[in-house]
Amino acid sequence: MDAAIPESTPRTPQSTPIAVPGAAIEIENVDFFYNDYQALHQVNLNLPPNLVTAFIGPSGCGKTTLLRCLNRMNDLIPGARVGKGEIRIHGTDINSPEVDVIELRKRIGMVFQKSNPFPKSIYDNVVYGLKIQGRKNRDQLDEVVEKSLRAAALWDEVKDRLHESGLGLSGGQQQRLCIARAIAVEPEIILMDEPCSALDPIATAKVEELIFELKKQYTIVIVTHNMQQAGRCSDHTAFFYLGRLIEFGKTEKIFTNPVQKHTEEYITGRFG
Amino acid sequence: MHAPINPFQHRRTKSRTAEKVVFWMIRLGTYAVLAAAACIFLNIASKGGKVVFKSTPPFVNVPFLTEKPQTLYVFDYEGKKREMSDTDFRAFKKSKNISDIPAASYAYSAGGIFPCIVGTVLLVAGSMLIALVLGVSSAIYLSEYGQQGRILIMIRLAIMNLAGVPSIVFGLFGFGMFVIFFKWNVSLMAGWFTLAFMVLPVIITASEEALKSVPQGFREGSLALGATKWQAIRTNVLPYALPGILTSSILGIARVAGETAPIMFTAAYVVRDEMPWQGVQMLHPSTWGSFFFQGVTALPYHIYVVSSKIPQNEYTERVQYGSAFVFLFVVMMITLGSILLRNKFRSRYKW
Repeated sequence: MDAAIPESTPRTPQSTPIAVPGAAIEIENVDFFYNDYQALHQVNLNLPPNLVTAFIGPSGCGKTTLLRCLNRMNDLIPGARVGKGEIRIHGTDINSPEVDVIELRKRIGMVFQKSNPFPKSIYDNVVYGLKIQGRKNRDQLDEVVEKSLRAAALWDEVKDRLHESGLGLSGGQQQRLCIARAIAVEPEIILMDEPCSALDPIATAKVEELIFELKKQYTIVIVTHNMQQAGRCSDHTAFFYLGRLIEFGKTEKIFTNPVQKHTEEYITGRFG
Repeated sequence: MHAPINPFQHRRTKSRTAEKVVFWMIRLGTYAVLAAAACIFLNIASKGGKVVFKSTPPFVNVPFLTEKPQTLYVFDYEGKKREMSDTDFRAFKKSKNISDIPAASYAYSAGGIFPCIVGTVLLVAGSMLIALVLGVSSAIYLSEYGQQGRILIMIRLAIMNLAGVPSIVFGLFGFGMFVIFFKWNVSLMAGWFTLAFMVLPVIITASEEALKSVPQGFREGSLALGATKWQAIRTNVLPYALPGILTSSILGIARVAGETAPIMFTAAYVVRDEMPWQGVQMLHPSTWGSFFFQGVTALPYHIYVVSSKIPQNEYTERVQYGSAFVFLFVVMMITLGSILLRNKFRSRYKW
């Protein structure tokens, strides 16, 4: 069931997504296959809204696969499919034929592991998501650019060179540009796939600060290899191993007093 | 204190000598290619240049470039040997009130090659436009939309086979399909489509490569922001593949401009006095269509005609080399335009 559109929603252009408050992600009994290889087994997970959830686990455990399922980016890979189970956002199964995947992706932003700013100007990078929705009003776009770049803690560094290429920025700046680009479309959920793995410690600290600020407005899911980062940034943590969810809970509990032995071994560094 | 022994001295080893030998062979191979090209170009330039350029202003043989081909008459009158084109000869005879002067006639050796230049330019422009539209669409389908599988492999095989078809077969195909079956008769349209199909494999393969070379991250980034597949391609893939696509068009232009066999049956006449636009009246839109269904003369076909269909002598040699020179120049200009366009896109869509 979809939430009813509140009466007070202002009229928006045709392709702007219909805003519904309170995002929550329910992952129920999900199996996932790449051709014949099963990457996820019976994953059951409920992600709370407006909080940061970290997916941790050794390489190949399925955390990036699950992340990409949430905005159906795995559809791009031939032979990849959800086997059994449902992934529900706002109570709707996102893999059902009634769901338009374009509308889904407009409300879920993604930041990739390797920052991929488009070879356009910084301004054009940030407004890209809005332009493809048909928004043309120059003043509105300028406003959104400033707002997003400020939220991404990049405004002061680039405000004088908005029309220079995005590729001319440093690694950390590029990743923050990608974050600004993702939040310019005002999604409800932001997915981050190891956003700091290619960054130096100072840039990493800036991005982590950013995540802390952003969670006030967005639900954030972050995949990370860096356990200290998971410990610092997240409210909840999910530990995956070999395609199964081993444990999920509040971050403090997972890191200080995990229930499962496997979790404890991973956290203390005995493997992975 | 004597100088230290240099441990990094040059040593004459087998591998170093082998490298020198191979390098020289490669160099000589390249020089051989350049020499062959130089022979052709310099020969045409020196003999053709004599026809096209003059030593007096305006330094260019304007009549050669702006008139229709005519028959040359060479005759003796009052002790002097004169050469005149057909129209001039008739006027001359009228002015001297003589009904006939014995003269040797040489077909196509007077007048100019203007209709041929126009024909070639029109044929190249139209066929490249059609080839680029069809070719880029196919490339986008093959690389972005098609389901990777057996059908796609068959399509690619078919396209590669098309590249091996002899150009005369294309000419006959164009004749049967466009001239006879579609009832277009010998016309620009028939020539355009025949030439376009001939150059399609080159455009498709090069465009596909250009599209594949655009990083996947651009597509994923666009789609993750909620773009449709076509929006992602149009705004984030196609512009960056343009330089590669234009490079393929440069190769295509050179091929299309020089082909004789495909246009022999489909677009070109041996001689034609009317320009394609002469049937068109600007104020009557219903006549605009007639432009596309006119045949033309073209430079490569004209060179073929003056080289093989008429006896060789000093007068016809002028036209032959002049036409060849002008042809090389026209192709060079069109190619240069394409290169400039490509460079402009390269600097605008740098990645």
